[in-house]
Amino acid sequence: MTLDAKIPGGAIVEKWDRHKFEMKLVNPANKRKYTIIVVGTGLAGASAAASLGELGYNVLNVCIHDSPRRAHSIAAQGGINAAKNYQNDGDSAYRLFYDTVKGGDYRSREANVYRLAQLSVNIIDQCVAQGVPFAREYGGLLDNRSFGGAQVSRTFYARGQTGQQLLLGAYQSLMRQVHAKTVTMFTRREMLDLVIVDGKARGIVARNLTTGEIERYAGDAVILATGGYGTCYYLSTNAVNSNVTAAWRAHKRGALFANPCFTQIHPTCIPVSGDHQSKLTLMSESLRNDGRVWVPKQKGDTRRPEQIPEAERDYYLERKYPSFGNLVPRDVASRNAKQVCDDGQGVGDSGLAVYLDFKDAINRLGVDVIREKYGNLFQMYHKITDEDAYTVPMRIYPAMHYAMGGLWVDYNLMSTVPGLHVLGEANFSDHGANRLGASALMQGLADGYFVIPYTIGHYLASAPLPKVTTDHAAFKEAADNVQGRITKLLSVKGSRGIREIHRELGRIMWDDVGMARTEASLSRALQAIPKLRDEFWQSVSVPGTPDNLNQSLEYAGRVADYLEFAELLALDALERRESCGGHFREESQTPEGEALRDDANFTYVAAWEFTGVGRKPEVHKEPLTFEEVHPTQRSYK
Amino acid sequence: MRLTLKIWRQAGPTVAGRLVEYIEDHVSPDMSFLEMLDVVNEGLIKKGEDAIAFDSDCREGICGMCSLVVNGVPHGPDRGTTVCQLHMRRFKDGDTITIEPWRAAAFPVVKDLVVDRGAFDRIIAAGGYVSFNCGGAPDGNAIPIPKDIADVAMDSAACIGCGACVAACKNASAHLFMSAKISQLALLPQGQPERYRRVTAMVAQADAEGFGSCSNEGECEAVCPKEIPISNIARMTREYVKAALTASK
Ligand SMILES: Cc1cc2nc3c(=O)[nH]c(=O)nc-3n(C[C@H](O)[C@H](O)[C@H](O)COP(=O)(O)OP(=O)(O)OC[C@H]3O[C@@H](n4cnc5c(N)ncnc54)[C@H](O)[C@@H]3O)c2cc1C
Ligand code: FES
Repeated sequence: MTLDAKIPGGAIVEKWDRHKFEMKLVNPANKRKYTIIVVGTGLAGASAAASLGELGYNVLNVCIHDSPRRAHSIAAQGGINAAKNYQNDGDSAYRLFYDTVKGGDYRSREANVYRLAQLSVNIIDQCVAQGVPFAREYGGLLDNRSFGGAQVSRTFYARGQTGQQLLLGAYQSLMRQVHAKTVTMFTRREMLDLVIVDGKARGIVARNLTTGEIERYAGDAVILATGGYGTCYYLSTNAVNSNVTAAWRAHKRGALFANPCFTQIHPTCIPVSGDHQSKLTLMSESLRNDGRVWVPKQKGDTRRPEQIPEAERDYYLERKYPSFGNLVPRDVASRNAKQVCDDGQGVGDSGLAVYLDFKDAINRLGVDVIREKYGNLFQMYHKITDEDAYTVPMRIYPAMHYAMGGLWVDYNLMSTVPGLHVLGEANFSDHGANRLGASALMQGLADGYFVIPYTIGHYLASAPLPKVTTDHAAFKEAADNVQGRITKLLSVKGSRGIREIHRELGRIMWDDVGMARTEASLSRALQAIPKLRDEFWQSVSVPGTPDNLNQSLEYAGRVADYLEFAELLALDALERRESCGGHFREESQTPEGEALRDDANFTYVAAWEFTGVGRKPEVHKEPLTFEEVHPTQRSYK
Repeated sequence: MRLTLKIWRQAGPTVAGRLVEYIEDHVSPDMSFLEMLDVVNEGLIKKGEDAIAFDSDCREGICGMCSLVVNGVPHGPDRGTTVCQLHMRRFKDGDTITIEPWRAAAFPVVKDLVVDRGAFDRIIAAGGYVSFNCGGAPDGNAIPIPKDIADVAMDSAACIGCGACVAACKNASAHLFMSAKISQLALLPQGQPERYRRVTAMVAQADAEGFGSCSNEGECEAVCPKEIPISNIARMTREYVKAALTASK
């Protein structure tokens, strides 16, 4: 298989315009004759479903939640980037492009990233027109802030609830289309298989989560916008229903999975407090604009933070990275936090935390300004830890947060299965080995509002698509497959809790496939994961019946998929014998302990082909070329 | 901590439910309320018994999925807090806690503590948006919006659509939910063209869904995890009256 990214010709700044012109169009009168299945209603799915509905396509939209508005995107706090240059501080599409390619440690596709930067400005206009209440300055214009890793102020935000407001904007547009009957919404449905007819994605099989019915949906194209796989690590900042299931089942049907080892550990999360914990809470990275990160200089210092004099504190980010200071990219900040804690300078009961201190900012700006900017975050922190961050420094520690890896897609956002398109966090496309803050919301909305409406039209207009109905043999085969797996899960009748096994998987992943990976740790994980998978299938207990709401069954299905997927993630990490972005291989570092890439051998996308559970997948490589941004050792000194 | 839990169990929408008692010994004060339920469920699952169904997703107070009535109060005893953010340190060893689903005719129980809030989506579908197709939006800064107005719009927009307001109201009214969206869009210039059409359509839909009317009890505001003020309802009422007047002209 050769991977053709279908990158249009011409100069980078012209590629998208040229491509838009060259793509085929679907006649407006014919659009309603095409049915498009959209899986997911996060920023990517809702914006795609709404926009395709507006264009006149017949859209079937499914999601696992009780309402499309609840998708995990709702939880994004910090903001969304756009190269508007409203602050006159030298921003441009080119600079956003440059920052994103560099921030991704030169493992993303230049053409995609440039398009993303170009479209970023349209997103803001679109959202303002929807009535998204972005923060404003006194003059009435949109406010911006700078966000981790950027030296310009290009981040738009709506208090600490940017994801919520952007998602509600998209959701409202979506509900308008539901009202207009271009979109039919199917809530509480979980996609459990992809249906391929004559080599093309023509439908899905989903379980109706309230009745247990196995339902078939047929269409002319399928869009997956099912989010990331962070919960593979059990504890993460992701919502608890986040999963890899839809993407994984599509992978098993032939869609290649790209760079699964590119995971992002977020530096500012509330530390783990005990075994009962079900998720970790992110404290938005915007806090690093005003908070200063430090640990005691002395190892094992148990004094309270206010008792530690200034001279005995190590503001290690400011010390090591004088020009970026507390605003270094996430991977750098996370790794450094781990390092100081491994060195015994960590704080809190577990020693696995560092301080994020607002004292100076409060002295400089006043407590009201800090409350106005971060009030809801401080409140959230208080609820979880029972501590007041206005008076004592926050304790933070890195946690699993975001998946840069995902299903491989070409420039048109189509996977290796014709007709199957993948948007948002579920694809691998734009962030390389590390995503910059406030860029996921941008990507999800760019994909849904401004890319897929064009590229899917081109696909539909180019492909002969004879009518397919749900009684086709391929639907029956997929439905039987799904049914078989459900029956199997329910019939193990063992004694181990599903959560207990998931937690164990998470521990393997965090310890051995986490922030610092080695040949030895990854090999260990590759032994442990299949063993745990076998244990799962021998000893898991999944109570209840398949014919009604059965959350144990849902959860078990997702954990079962993670037990297969985790192996791929670890294998990808093992085979990428270089450090880049969030993927840190201890064997490959600079003398100062920074990630050391191996461009000669690893400037490619690793796209994996499924060959069977427990069998070694086959890797296909998409070489990456850099014509605009010349790869250098990333430096934030 | 050791707790006695009285939890609503109901196998499905059409069968009767009842409170079932569970004793849980392994509760730590650092757990969130939902993590405590996870522990109960883990115990049930290991015994092969059907786990207690309850909704949650973000577990940080923003998705609006969690929806439990704790000792008679939607989202429990802490003000401005969703039940997923409620922590067990709020309770004492030996406490008895009653846990029930939202109760409202327009929110039928699906199973145990899970209800169907599709009616809220249908209210939004009736008009809770700005009719505008993706594409030709003017520049984001083309229309300046005074900061104080944008801030009030944001206060209203903070609603998470959880439905606690309905569950707390003796009339099961959806007014606080509806008025939050209507206020947000009525305050912003983008919402003006459809201002009156929107309020009329949304109120009509809420009536059709079987939500009750508002008699100014204020319980909604008291339980709202985002502390959406009841002044939104007053604004909605004004909008509604103006809409009626505009229509009759
Ligand atoms: C706490 C937090 C804060 C963040 N803050 C920021 C930020 O400030 N700025 C930023 O740019 N990014 C941020 N991110 C990242 C960003 O929020 C996500 O990457 C992005 O929202 C993902 O959007 P999505 O549409 O791809 O997927 P999601 O929003 O995850 O949506 C997935 C959808 O798929 C559905 N689904 C999943 N599986 C199935 C299935 N099998 N069948 C049917 N439906 C399914 C779900 O119901 C849901 O509707 C943050 C992430 C977290 C966790
Ligand atoms: S689970 Fe999301 S608000 Fe409670």
